[in-house]
Amino acid sequence: MSEHGSKAATANAGHAGDAHAGETRRDFIHIAAASVAAGGVAAVAWPFIQQLGPAADTRAASSAEVDVSKVPEGSEIRVLIGGMPFFVRHRNAVEMAKAVADDKLPMRDPATDESRLVKMQDGAYNPKILVTSGLCTHLGCVPVGPAQGSTGDFGGWYCPCHGSHYDTSGRIRKGPAPKNLAVPKYEYLSASMIKISL
Amino acid sequence: MSGPSTYEPSNGFTKWLDARLPIIRFAKDTAIDFPTPKNLNYWWTFGGILAVCLVVQIVTGIVLAMHYVASTEDAFASVERIMRDIDYGWLIRNIHANGASMFFLAVYIHMFRGLYYGSYKSPREVIWILGVVIYLLMMATAFMGYVLPWGQMSFHGSAVITNLIGAIPIIGDPIKTYLMGGPAIGDPTLNRFFSLHYLLPFVIAGIVVLHIWALHVPGNNNPTGVSVKDVKKDTLPFHPYYTVKDGFAIVVFLILFAYFVFYAPNALGHADNSVEANPLQTPSHIVPEWYLLPFYAILRAITFDIGPIPAKLLGVIAMFGSIGILFVVPWLDTSKVRSMRYRPIAKQLFVLFVLASVGLGFCGANDPDKFVFKFGPDKLIVNYVDTQGNAQVSGRFDNFEGAGGAQEFVSKLPPSAGASVALSEEGFKWLWLSQILGAYYFLYFLVFLPLLGIIEKPKARPPSIAESVRKKHVSVPAAAVNPAPVAAE
Ligand code: HEM
Ligand code: FES
Repeated sequence: MSEHGSKAATANAGHAGDAHAGETRRDFIHIAAASVAAGGVAAVAWPFIQQLGPAADTRAASSAEVDVSKVPEGSEIRVLIGGMPFFVRHRNAVEMAKAVADDKLPMRDPATDESRLVKMQDGAYNPKILVTSGLCTHLGCVPVGPAQGSTGDFGGWYCPCHGSHYDTSGRIRKGPAPKNLAVPKYEYLSASMIKISL
Repeated sequence: MSGPSTYEPSNGFTKWLDARLPIIRFAKDTAIDFPTPKNLNYWWTFGGILAVCLVVQIVTGIVLAMHYVASTEDAFASVERIMRDIDYGWLIRNIHANGASMFFLAVYIHMFRGLYYGSYKSPREVIWILGVVIYLLMMATAFMGYVLPWGQMSFHGSAVITNLIGAIPIIGDPIKTYLMGGPAIGDPTLNRFFSLHYLLPFVIAGIVVLHIWALHVPGNNNPTGVSVKDVKKDTLPFHPYYTVKDGFAIVVFLILFAYFVFYAPNALGHADNSVEANPLQTPSHIVPEWYLLPFYAILRAITFDIGPIPAKLLGVIAMFGSIGILFVVPWLDTSKVRSMRYRPIAKQLFVLFVLASVGLGFCGANDPDKFVFKFGPDKLIVNYVDTQGNAQVSGRFDNFEGAGGAQEFVSKLPPSAGASVALSEEGFKWLWLSQILGAYYFLYFLVFLPLLGIIEKPKARPPSIAESVRKKHVSVPAAAVNPAPVAAE
């Protein structure tokens, strides 16, 4: 190794006369080859990992329009978007009043009822309609609600998996879930149409 | 441990082959002549049983894959078709579904065997680690297999597990999305799970080869934990002594297997999985298959935050930790003595460890907020709102009517209190049991095993394997004449 290494060392001005200079050159080749190989592996790995992600058609099917006027008062409908469940609830007067009245109470994930609503096109809130994710924030079960005959201790939803209770604003009030039912991205297209996006 | 090869090719063809591919020599050295301690008991037959299980799963699985359709529209119906329309489809599916349970039953016994007899200790650490890798792959395979029939439990069980991964900070969410291939469990998930469910058993088979290779370097451990000192006196050739012993155990095991397949094919499953998956409705009680229950119990046992780490993440850490800890057992156990036969304290703690593991399984199967036992008869309480507008709960009442009853209490409240009477049960919760048993699980590995090696005084070990066998049979005259047949126990 040092035989042809020393020749190389003379060419390598900075290390002239250094007995180990040849190894520096060999090291360079090793490191360069390994880096190219690593780069190649990474470049090939990228598409193989990326193909696991959501495909274009899956990403495209990621919103739905819902006519909220069809939801009976005091009940809800459940919408599946790309496999994700959402609740669209038409709250009655008592439920709305309770949601606002509880705003001041201590909660695990404090939020006012209004902060969980979205403005209509005229800039006013529509407190009758509450839209939330249908996944319990604990481990992702789908809670039961008025249509299933159980709304839990706080009148909203009850998750039977491990006993989480949500109130009429979808806020977590009791049980293991750490967060309120998420409010998805949605907008009012008209007074009665909303568009929910993932 | 295998000595120099004793294979002599007997004819022209085997001589020719032996010089080119010494496969017969290899088979003879590893499976026929292989010197095996003469004192192995029936706990050592589970390795052979496991090999049979793997072959059974692969053969039945390949047949199922010929009829199964991996699409959320058709999966459930295709499995129903296997059960009803395909000739003997019911048999093959029952074997595969129950085969997974039998596989885990055998692997748990095999692992407890290793923990009791110290088979993970030097020089067998790599055998043990490869075993834990196989076990992890088995869990992944079984988890993905359970999703395939696309029943309610398939769907919601997998949703719970993928959500767990989402609890890991920062990287959790992207991993979850890449695992599912979309925002929720759906067609992309089902298809990749099918692909991997088909692949992983063959990866397992590959690691089994390494496991056995690593085993054949030091040779088998044995119930005394004493190393082989004299191959002639301490060992017997694998064939016919252990082929017959293993064969007998396999037949007994297959009888149990057949009992489940033919007489109780659904006993180990869950009724909810006979209902097609519905993403909008979670079954009221989600449980994994029985063999994953202890880990599910550990996951749910953590209901408290520690500092900045939320309970949910802690649960995930504890669950993965309870499996991961197995990798380092060879270094946690500081005792020089392998077999717990000669470790009076460790032996007792080991029995408790087995009980704790099984108990955790029961905790996983039960609602954590329900009771193992009740402290007394159920009582009544009253929920009401006091004059300041705060919610209040009354004390407990024995009766509804009569003096000192709940009714009397309610009648004294103003109507604005909105009083309502409810049942109040008090008892020992499954949650608490799982916390106690889970704590013991970790204590065993992290505290007891390291400490005992230092403080425990082991009992005297037999000087050799041959000696340990002879002692038991002192009454047999001239034991040395033919020690081989009595050696099996
Ligand atoms: C380590 C070995 C294996 C284990 C532990 C295992 C486990 C499982 C489990 C638990 C199920 C769900 C059974 C049910 O409840 O219906 C299943 C289903 C299935 N497995 Fe496997 N499996 C293994 C190997 C294989 C192999 C090698 C293949 C294919 C070559 C395969 C193909 C299938 C198919 C097509 C299904 C869906 C049909 C059904 O649900 O019965 N499996 N597997
Ligand atoms: S998933 Fe809802 S309480 Fe656990």
